[in-house]
Amino acid sequence: MSNPVLAEKAVVIDGVAKVFNEGGDSEVAALSGIDLTVEAGEFISLIGPSGCGKSTLLRLVGDLLAPTTGEVMVFGKSAHEARLDQDYGMVFQHPGLFDWRRVLANIELPLELRGWSKDERSARSAEMLGLVRLEDFGGHYPRQLSGGMQQRVSIARALSFQPKLLLMDEPFGALDEMTREHMQLELLRIWRETQTTVVFVTHSVPESAFLSNRVVVLSPRPGRIHSVVDVDLGDRSDDTRQDPAFFEKATEIREALRAVEGNG
Amino acid sequence: MKGGRILRVLVATAIALLLVVGIWEGYKWVGQQTGDYWPGTSIDLPASTDDLTMPHAMDIADELFEEVRDGRARLPLYLFLLKKGWFTLQEAAIGFTLGLTVGLGLAILMLRWRVAERGLLPWINVSQTIPLIALAPIVVTWGRQQDLPDMLSISLIAAYLTFFPVAVSALRGLQSPDSDHVELMRSYAAPWWTVLVKLRLPAARVYLFPALKIAATLSVVGAIVGEISIGTKTGLGRAILEYAQRYAVSPERLYASVIGAAVLGLLVFGLVSLAEWIVVRRTGEVTS
Repeated sequence: MSNPVLAEKAVVIDGVAKVFNEGGDSEVAALSGIDLTVEAGEFISLIGPSGCGKSTLLRLVGDLLAPTTGEVMVFGKSAHEARLDQDYGMVFQHPGLFDWRRVLANIELPLELRGWSKDERSARSAEMLGLVRLEDFGGHYPRQLSGGMQQRVSIARALSFQPKLLLMDEPFGALDEMTREHMQLELLRIWRETQTTVVFVTHSVPESAFLSNRVVVLSPRPGRIHSVVDVDLGDRSDDTRQDPAFFEKATEIREALRAVEGNG
Repeated sequence: MKGGRILRVLVATAIALLLVVGIWEGYKWVGQQTGDYWPGTSIDLPASTDDLTMPHAMDIADELFEEVRDGRARLPLYLFLLKKGWFTLQEAAIGFTLGLTVGLGLAILMLRWRVAERGLLPWINVSQTIPLIALAPIVVTWGRQQDLPDMLSISLIAAYLTFFPVAVSALRGLQSPDSDHVELMRSYAAPWWTVLVKLRLPAARVYLFPALKIAATLSVVGAIVGEISIGTKTGLGRAILEYAQRYAVSPERLYASVIGAAVLGLLVFGLVSLAEWIVVRRTGEVTS
């Protein structure tokens, strides 16, 4: 059942807690008392020290995990319904491309699963290839591409069916600094062009400040929301990285993280 | 590139063959000089070098062109072996296909239900400890009761050897996709069957092919042993059995038929390798 009032909200997390191995010897309280709302079209980052449950939280939104208590709504539906309706695309730290499929076929995978015709698929995958600027590499196999190019294919795959929500779990974590900065700009361009909502998990302070409208700082064991930092830097470009306002925001986030790690 | 590859394989094969013949003849020559002792010692060589134990390589090669009786016809031994080998190859091919199907089926069953993995895997392992010689008469008696042709019983024996490496490696391959891939398919709300076809089966190929090479040669071994223990009137196994009994008269003939069996094994190995190259290598995937 779609709720018209909440439909404006991309994600509503309401009183969510997650306990792994509940009742067992290795019981771990991963998240506790999480309330968070993500507006449609927003770019929000989750940041925190390792063990703060940021990846777990992302997986709760994607219904890859179920919350122990509380509720996750995605576009006014339960996270489970949203997954069944394939309302979101997912990008992991590792590109996770299928080695046996050429780049185009990788991008077309979710379309294939949705039963698109061959013509519709190739039209869309060609368009996506242009979006991530890999026009010349459609016929390549993943192993013939660099890590950054593979991650761009992975983003194209996640966006191929034009989901309104993009969940990204440290997507640039395995890339070198130069590639990473380039990919951040590309992602922002794609975000503007597609008007997708992005929930982005990272452990990099500058990355979160550079990309997001809001940065959610999580504290560890169990994961809680420590603070939410609003970031308003206007349209980002490479110059933004030298902007004093950018440094100010990065410092604010860093201080929140220090406070969190001190308590942890 | 592809032509160069084939040429390299051919040259390597020829060199290997020359090397084997060289060692064979060299060893024989040394033994003949010293009276089957290690040179300069009175320690016996591990194998005697007389013409009965080790016929000359050239004599074995010549034997391939000697005429033998095949029913009422007479034809050169190599043609005779080819004919028998063709028969054995068919049995092996049916056995291989059966074993592949059963092995894959079992692997999918074990993947789907962990209970099946715990229940089946020990039995699959135990199955390979039963000697073929004991199994063959059981299979053939049962087969004749069901009015199955002996050829099919032999294929069943070949399948019995074949399914094992397939089942074990296919299970490993089906379980090989990492959690990112599985989560990705979950995020697409893909049902189990779709995950199997789009992700697990393609991922299993790199694990499967090395096992298929073993399985292919095993299917030939199974077919030959099956022929021998069933006592069929045809096939390479029958020829080997016959020549083994007349070894004292013409050892060259047994060696020649063994070469025939080896060539058959190499042939099926080569066919699977070719299939592997077509299916896996060109995508740049790493084979295990």
